[in-house]
Amino acid sequence: MNVNQLFGPGGPEVGCDECFEQLDRFVELELSGADADAALPGLRSHLQGCPACREEHESLVALLSG
Amino acid sequence: MTAVTVGSVTAVDPRPILDDDSRAWLHDLRADGQAREAALARLHALLLKAARFEAARRRATLTQLRPGELDDIAAEAADDALVSILARLDDFRGASRFTTWAYKFALLETAVKLRKRAWQGREIPLDDEGWTGFATGTLGPSGAAEQRELLTAVQEGIAELTPHQRRVLVALTLNGVPIDVLADRLGTTRGALYKTLHDARKRLRAFVAARGLEVDS
Repeated sequence: MNVNQLFGPGGPEVGCDECFEQLDRFVELELSGADADAALPGLRSHLQGCPACREEHESLVALLSG
Repeated sequence: MTAVTVGSVTAVDPRPILDDDSRAWLHDLRADGQAREAALARLHALLLKAARFEAARRRATLTQLRPGELDDIAAEAADDALVSILARLDDFRGASRFTTWAYKFALLETAVKLRKRAWQGREIPLDDEGWTGFATGTLGPSGAAEQRELLTAVQEGIAELTPHQRRVLVALTLNGVPIDVLADRLGTTRGALYKTLHDARKRLRAFVAARGLEVDS
């Protein structure tokens, strides 16, 4: 257990619903080598702070990369 | 995404151009008769593939499953994802390929079901019992002192939260309760719970910062 898990990301972040809305585009941008963070600001921070959304992000990346 | 000219200002049209494959999916799913039935069958097969993929990734975290249960959950998740997708078909704007958009529904449905299955029958600690769980044994003497100071501030900061904020923060971050599971038990939504968590974290950060202590970003 890292104490920083308690604090989460410090910067602005989207919520779970917006994360889900944008996740498909975010992952495609990432996999194409584009700057997904610039295109969809706040999503990366949310993934750092939300384990469930992070897992779903990792799964979509893995599925599309397989 | 296309550039459009509005008066003398060039603006970016937020509507991306659909790729051919995505356009074909939408056309077929909105068709009648056999074309639609065939598209539904193809889509369900894709969703089932994604659901089984997610189930396989999570197999190691699940114990005491009855034979065939994992595949049953994947099938149910694919069914539910198909329903969600058809209800939200008009929301698809082509920001990604249609299949990528569809996959995320199957992954979400599967992940949520498996998190709930993993916590089925387990008591969810909703107090701050997990609070004493920080390890300081691996730190050196000065590091341990700094850690103790931070933990003391955190403990006092947590005490300043509202009871709901404290319950949510402790359950999600200290006790590792999945957000979907906690939302289910508390009769709320994942989005609402995350908002509570976000607010609690913000207050805790401010409290600790006011003590002159640093928190990593």
